[in-house]
Formats: sequence, C-alpha cells, structure tokens
Amino acid sequence: MEKRNLKGWLYLLPAIVFLGFFMVYPLIDVFIYSFEEGYNSASQTFFGVGTYNYSYVLRDPYFLQALKNTFILVIITVPLSTGLALLISAGLSSIKKVRNLFQTVYFLPYVTNTLAVGLVFMILFKQTDYTEGLVNLIINFFGGSSVDFIGGPYWAKMFVLCLYTIWVVMPFKILVLTSALASVNQDYYNAARIDGTSRMRIFTKITLPMISPTLFYLIITGFIGAFKAYSDAVALFGTELNAAEMNTIVGYIYDMLYGEGGGYPSYASAAAIILFAIVLTITVINLLISRKHVHY
Amino acid sequence: MSNQKDFETIERNAKRRKTIRNIIVYAFLVIWAVLVLFPFYWMVLTSIKSYSAYNSEYIPQFFTLAPTFQNYIDAFTAVPLADYFLNTIIFTAATTAIMLIVTVLAAFAFSRLQFKGRDLVFTLFLALMMIPSELVVITNYVTITNWEMRNSFMGLILPSVTSVFYIYLLKENFAQIPDELYYAAKVDGTSDFKYLTKVMIPICKPTIVTITILKVIECWNSYVWPRLITDNENYYLVSNGIQYIRENGFGRENIPAMMAAVVVISVPLIVLFLIFRNKIMEGVSRGGTKG
Repeated sequence: MEKRNLKGWLYLLPAIVFLGFFMVYPLIDVFIYSFEEGYNSASQTFFGVGTYNYSYVLRDPYFLQALKNTFILVIITVPLSTGLALLISAGLSSIKKVRNLFQTVYFLPYVTNTLAVGLVFMILFKQTDYTEGLVNLIINFFGGSSVDFIGGPYWAKMFVLCLYTIWVVMPFKILVLTSALASVNQDYYNAARIDGTSRMRIFTKITLPMISPTLFYLIITGFIGAFKAYSDAVALFGTELNAAEMNTIVGYIYDMLYGEGGGYPSYASAAAIILFAIVLTITVINLLISRKHVHY
Repeated sequence: MSNQKDFETIERNAKRRKTIRNIIVYAFLVIWAVLVLFPFYWMVLTSIKSYSAYNSEYIPQFFTLAPTFQNYIDAFTAVPLADYFLNTIIFTAATTAIMLIVTVLAAFAFSRLQFKGRDLVFTLFLALMMIPSELVVITNYVTITNWEMRNSFMGLILPSVTSVFYIYLLKENFAQIPDELYYAAKVDGTSDFKYLTKVMIPICKPTIVTITILKVIECWNSYVWPRLITDNENYYLVSNGIQYIRENGFGRENIPAMMAAVVVISVPLIVLFLIFRNKIMEGVSRGGTKG
C-alpha cells in the first residue's frame, strides 16, 4: 500500500510542481503583495502593512478610466453578442444547404491572432493623411462626415473597440448555441406544430427554455471574458492605452507591473484583486438570477 | 370546388411565406459571413498592393490588377519576421509537449491509480480552474524576474505549461476505459506505465489530439505573458512581433508590408483549422474559454 501511494504521487508530481509554483503560490502571494505598502521591487522591501494600495488604486484617475471603459465594454458587448449569436444560430439551424460552409466561416475569427486582425480593423477605421479610411468613405457616401475612429473622440474609439470585441467573441457563442439548438428534442417541435403553434411562440416557449442553461452559461462566461478585455484594445490602439483613454482593468494591471509606468507589483496586485472581486460578484449575481429563470 | 380553391390558396400562401422567410434567413447569414470574411479579404488584398499604389489611393480599390509580392519580401527582410516565427514554433512545440506529458501523467494518476488523498487533490485541482490568470501573472512575473529568466525560453514556457482543464478533460476520458482491460493487463504482468502508453493513450488519442490542437492555438496567439517577460527582440513571439512592427517597423506607414506580415502570421492557424475543423470545433464547444 505504501508503494502504491508513492507511485500515485509520483505520477502527479509534475502537475503539482507546476501548479504549485505558478498557480497556488502566486495566488497566496498576490494577496500579500496587495497589502504590502511601499513595496520596492529593486530591494524587495516594504514599509508596512495596510490597505493603502487599494485606496491608491481606487483614487487613481487611470484606474477609474479603465474601470469605466471596462464596464461600458461589458454592458454593450455581452448582450449584443449573445443576442446576435442567438439570431445567427437560429438562422443556421433552420437551413440545410451550405450550413457547414457558414459554420466554418463563422468560426474563423476564433483561430486568428487577435493582435494581427486588430491591425486590419485599425486600418479600416483609421483616418490618415493619405486616405479617410474605408469606413469613413462609406459614411461619406451616405452623407455623413468623417470621424477618426482610432485617434478621435471617445465614443468613436469605444465603438470600434466594442465592434472588434463582438467580432472576436462571436465564433465561440455561435458554436455553443448551434450545438445547443441541435440537441433540443424534435418531439417538442412536432407536437407544437400539430397544435398549430406560431413560430414566435415555439421559439419563446420551447426553444428558449430548452437552451436557457446554455444561454446563461454563455452570458456568465461572456461577462467574465469581457471584464478581462485587454489584447483587443492593444490591437486597435497600441500599447499606450492610458494616453488613448482606452485602457481596461487588465491593461491597468499590466501597466502597473511593467512598461512606462511600471514597477509597482503592489498596485497591480490590488487592482487584480479588485477585478477578481468584481467578476466574482457579477458571476454570483448571474447565478442567482439564472436559478430563477433557467429550466434544467 | 371552392374548398379545393381555398386549400390551394392557403398552400400557395404558406409556400410564399416560407420562401420569403428563407430569403431573409439566408440574407442575414450571408451578411454576417461577409462581415467575418471582409477583414481577411482586406488584409490579403492590401498585402499584394504595392506601397506606392496603396498610398496613392485616396479611395481604396476593392481589387488590384497589379499584384506584387514585394511586401512579403519586405516583411521577411526589413523585420526579423522569420525569427519571430521560429521563436513561436519553439515556444509552442515545447509548451505543448511539456503540457502533454504533465497532463497525461496527472490524468492517469487521477483515473487509474488508487492512493490516499487522491480525491482531495482532484477537488483542489478543480478549484484552481476558477482562478483567472490575471491574478497569478503578477507573482509569476516577479518569480521569473528573480530567477533571471526574463528573455529566455524557460521564462516563456514554464508558467504557460499548466492547464488544469485539460487534465480534467483527459481524466474524464481515461475513466471511461473499462477496468477489465486494466486487470487483464495486470494478470499478464504489464506495468502501470506500459499500460498507460500501450493501452490508454492509443484509446484516448482523439481527446489527446484535441487538447494538443487547442494548446497550439492558445500558444500561437498568446500575447500578454510574452509581452511581460520579453523586451529583447530576439525572443519576441509573433504577437509581440506584430505589435513591435506596428509601432516601430517599416517606418509606420508601410501598411501593405504590415499586412503581409499579418497574413503570414495568420495562415498557419487557418490551415490548421481547415485540416482539423471538426476536432477543433468539437474541442472548443466542450471546453473553449475565449469569449
């Protein structure tokens, strides 16, 4: 028995070593960092213990800007992308021809490098000395005036960021929703059809309740994912996100850690824990709401 | 007679309504497909326009009659794109290989071996799945800096290896293999390790392939950790390379060359996707996290 115990642990050893060093220890450490005041990363010393890091972060205008940006991004992209994905998946499951082709095309953004394609979006929206950019030309064609979406007003930049975020997250949602729709038992639909139920009613009374667990799963993961937005913003506006007023909470954490304003792991830790607290709260609220509305 | 007529009218109306509905659905689906594909089209198109042609187009042309490959040559000569590529391949291959070894061994221990504390450790592993990487990246950054592994492959690879979710996925798959096989192998005097490599891994090959592909995609697109840990161009991965090119390379305005680099970076994963389409989509719907 002793030997068998040892053997089991031996097989687990690599995983435990990796997880211990790079997940468990950091998890404890980040809480400690966040309470160490005046931490100096060069000498690895600190003055005292307290909540100063939190109050500093919460008063930092850059953090507040990042907080605001992230919340706007979440509130706009999560409902829009989920709703749009639901429409597209419903459309997909009602057709037979070329369905596979559509599914393949829709999935493409998932396997592409966020930073690389973000550059294409930037070019489509950017106004330069040479050209207004394709999107602006379309706006001009319909009689509107040009807007610099990349270096211009706040709402224009936020619009592009939301658009790109939705473009990036759609493949996953469409894929999951399409397979959820396919798994709904056809008997329900047949029964409803015999009763002469209208399509709208079938959708709201059968389809939606049947896929509601998946829908809520997508909403929860969507919230979590959108709160962690970062590389989309970098792809569009470059690494100087504070200057572009387009920073996100995660961006703020990394900026505090490294880069132009970096070298403050304590502030970064405090911000990371604030982010974690926000995400946890939202997830719990989501779960409470879902318990009321989801039919398992 | 009039009954027959009514019936025909109703049938014709229903048919017409169905056609209209189909047209609307297809139109909607085509619009989204165009929105998805257009950035790809634009990136390939721009990459084969010559620099002077691109900059003289006030109104961008939707096609080009004089395609050029000069931009691709520029992308490989003006910036060390080939080096970024090589770095990414080394990083991806090493990370995925180590991840596979760690994952297979752990999944085997959890699913096949009996030992004290196994279930407790497994629960702890599951709990770790909920920890966002943003929370641990700070300490990892400090750890790697202290170990003086910044700007090294070790520093890039080590913290990227662990994936609790893949251990979970593989463990579930391993657990489906009937116990009888194991006892039969034991009677024949097969060692545990041999049973793992000769029986379990071949049986669960589809899942192993799936997690390999998912990890490759993850590695190829990773940006945040490499950005934190490398500031030496010799260790840039493609994501960082693209960002660097955008901010410094090609004299900022050479958009066609930039797009050529973007195409070169995107193609490997798109090819991988088209080959393993079903495996990837199935794997992602079971455990994708992006989005």
